[in-house]
Amino acid sequence: MEVFHALLGDLAIVVSVLGLFAFYISWRAGRLDRLHTRVETARAALDAALVRRSAVVLELASSGRLDPATAVLLAEAAQDARRADEPDARELAESHLSGVLRAVVEQDGFHQELTGRPGGPELYTELRMAAKQVYLARRFYNDAVALTRLARRKRLVRLLRLSGRAELPDFFEIDDEPPKMAA
Amino acid sequence: MRVGLVCPYTWEVPGGVQLHVAELAEALIGLGHDVSVITPSDDEAPLPPYAVSGGKAIPVPYNGSVARLAFGFLAAARVRRWLREGAFDIVHVHEPAAPSLSLLACWAADAPLVATFHTANPRSRAMSASAAALQTALEKISGRIAVSEAARTTLVEHLGGDAVLIPNGVPVAKYAQSEPLPGWPGRLDGRLGGAERGGVIGFLGRMDEQRKGLPVLLRAFGTLARRRPGLRLLLVGPGPSDVLAKVDKGLRERITVLGKVSEADKVRAYHSVDVFCAPNLGGESFGMVLTEAMAAGAAILASDIAAFRSVLRDGEAGELFRVGDPDALVRGAERMLDEPALRERLSAGARAAVRAYDWTTVAADVAAVYQTVLPAARPSEPGRLAPASPPGLG
Repeated sequence: MEVFHALLGDLAIVVSVLGLFAFYISWRAGRLDRLHTRVETARAALDAALVRRSAVVLELASSGRLDPATAVLLAEAAQDARRADEPDARELAESHLSGVLRAVVEQDGFHQELTGRPGGPELYTELRMAAKQVYLARRFYNDAVALTRLARRKRLVRLLRLSGRAELPDFFEIDDEPPKMAA
Repeated sequence: MRVGLVCPYTWEVPGGVQLHVAELAEALIGLGHDVSVITPSDDEAPLPPYAVSGGKAIPVPYNGSVARLAFGFLAAARVRRWLREGAFDIVHVHEPAAPSLSLLACWAADAPLVATFHTANPRSRAMSASAAALQTALEKISGRIAVSEAARTTLVEHLGGDAVLIPNGVPVAKYAQSEPLPGWPGRLDGRLGGAERGGVIGFLGRMDEQRKGLPVLLRAFGTLARRRPGLRLLLVGPGPSDVLAKVDKGLRERITVLGKVSEADKVRAYHSVDVFCAPNLGGESFGMVLTEAMAAGAAILASDIAAFRSVLRDGEAGELFRVGDPDALVRGAERMLDEPALRERLSAGARAAVRAYDWTTVAADVAAVYQTVLPAARPSEPGRLAPASPPGLG
């Protein structure tokens, strides 16, 4: 009887430890899951910002308010960015678009010339917002990726495969420096 | 005739298109035309007297690399002013599809337009959003010229229509006469003599570029050098320092690598060799190196690729050997080294054949294109595209 009671006591301890551990694991898994969701949301926002930037650039290029050389340069860079699907190619194309945008917008007289034409001020503002948005969205996305990658490197997470089948998210590395623009 | 030439790339950076525009301008001036060139350029950089700056070139990602182009409102204004002040009979733009001065000139010009397409650009613009802007400008061109068959094919595929083929010219007079480089014997001085004077084989071009075929020549030289203790090899052109890594150590001292040299030394190099070898493996749409060597009157031994065969008139102006075959190269070189008469004949043949590629001849062909488009597109028929017409009025 004595022995039985002692065993029961030990078992209770073991069970409660196991229970606590399971609770801890599920909490860790939940945290990781939230991080993955955050990465996905940030990625969607980044994609939307990039698509929006290409769209604004294309609109500007086809607006007839620019000289044809600038229009062709912008349109081709935006087109390339939109068409690139393979990740490396996309990073390169988006970086090129940033470079072309800076080269075009930072030219002397660009602001006065564009805003002096009908519809120009609106396009100029939209362009500034779109470039800025890419810059912000990419920082938030890379921030989420960094935290997620850190969490997934933990021993417990790797041992128990808490991240399931979710892919390890990749950083999005581009030159997204927005052009210097008048407010 | 008052001719306005438009160069899309910055003048200070050496390049095929810039060189072409400069040499064409000089040749046209030589033919008595009144020529003005507009080109992107840094304001401080000196330009030749016939050229004006169309604005500072801006480095910008274009076609997968960084190009120095001039675009924007200021460049457009400069082009318009140049067109107005020049009052040209003909405006001749180069690479009009590049987003730079040439495209701006197409857009703004009222004079008849001629365009020269230089590159074989694999990029399709058919579905591009820029197609509309390009199309409007390019449709105004009355005479289209391609510098090579490859450039013509690309042009036809991507833009439709057709173009006449007028190759790059060579300033033959610049190459015809020159002293050999110091320490080099010079060619065609009769027999090559005994062991100490075994002749010189020359190569010019990028040494690290596979299709220039230098490895074929180096392998052939291995065989030739063992049979001819006095034979030397002269290599001219940019490339890595380890080009001779695969060559026998004993032979290396008989190979001289000059690297990149000045224009003047390049001319002297052509005059320093007994046999000039062009071992290209293909891909050369038009061999500038070959026509330069021909202008210098070199005895040429070249790969039997289609472009070379046609420039060398099926072997009349240079010996041909099987592409990529070092043994065939060895046989050809031995024959040429052994027979001074053969070298004389090939040299004379080269000098005769290259006349078709002399800038004077080429510029006259270009001027013929001007003449052709001139009456057809005389000013203002109704419905012609006005530059920058406001929407709703055009």
